[in-house]
Amino acid sequence: MTPDSFTIAGKTFTSRLLVGTGKYSSPAVMVKAHEASGAEMITVAVRRVNISDRSKESLLDYIDTSKYTLLPNTAGCYTADEAIRTARLGREAGLSNWVKLEVIGDERTLFPDNEALLEATRVLVREGFVVLPYTTDDPVVCRKLEEAGAAAVMPLGAPIGSGLGIQNANNIRIIREFSRVPVIVDAGVGTASDAALAMELGADAVLMNTAIAGAQDPIAMAEAMKLAVQAGRLAYLAGRIPRKMYANASSPVEGLVGR
Amino acid sequence: MCDKMNRGLQITLNGDRLEVAGPLTVSELLDRLEIDARRVAVEHNLVVLKRATFGDTLVRDGDQVEIVNFVGGG
Repeated sequence: MTPDSFTIAGKTFTSRLLVGTGKYSSPAVMVKAHEASGAEMITVAVRRVNISDRSKESLLDYIDTSKYTLLPNTAGCYTADEAIRTARLGREAGLSNWVKLEVIGDERTLFPDNEALLEATRVLVREGFVVLPYTTDDPVVCRKLEEAGAAAVMPLGAPIGSGLGIQNANNIRIIREFSRVPVIVDAGVGTASDAALAMELGADAVLMNTAIAGAQDPIAMAEAMKLAVQAGRLAYLAGRIPRKMYANASSPVEGLVGR
Repeated sequence: MCDKMNRGLQITLNGDRLEVAGPLTVSELLDRLEIDARRVAVEHNLVVLKRATFGDTLVRDGDQVEIVNFVGGG
């Protein structure tokens, strides 16, 4: 085991990149992107089976569950009740008690309804779920989620699928400072530098879907994200220099020719 | 007699009304719909079923059944 692994609810991960399964042009591209990302945890959505068209293959045909930890989500749920029902169904479908808990509060921004999120977290924790809630980048809400028993907190970097990058770097730093559970920046990443920044701020991991699946070359972007997360983590551990207003010469100021 | 043995049940399946010949179990319902039970989860009247109970759970007239699986998501 590498010393820089991280642990959620007793399960240790080497990769600090979590990836999704949505919006890929084909299952084959998704499989290759997953491989290139080096991710160990993969999110999936829970939806009604299409009764009239049973010809479609199952997503699970394309995910090696001996290799990847499945993280069912409750995406698209707008109430605590819907999210709880969906989490219970996801547990049975995937035979795992892990859930990426989403309770959405607004259609345009897909921002979470934190009140309902807290309520659903409490219920699901009581039922033995390992709850990873998707939340706004609010340190107080993250603290409440942790107190409610969340196994990690997953503040957004920017709205889901927006690709805007980390909008409030300061909050991510504060959340990291406050939290005793892992902090996973979830949503908003657009390109590799966004993922690196999230890690430089101290996030334990980054979760993304659209930034990879929507890239012109998802497989190359998956690799870029893997490297960015590694680079950002390494930079965080290395400790960056303080920011200064003015220059500080790298070369000696003495012994200049002609002076 | 035949009517009694094999009458039509009105159920709500994934939000749509459906008539199925019954009585039948959840396992039989999945078979009839050509759905691989290992790949889905089933909610029966708002209670999520353990897969091991599919064969023992009877679907009755007026029941509400949700059958879900995993799809791509983030």
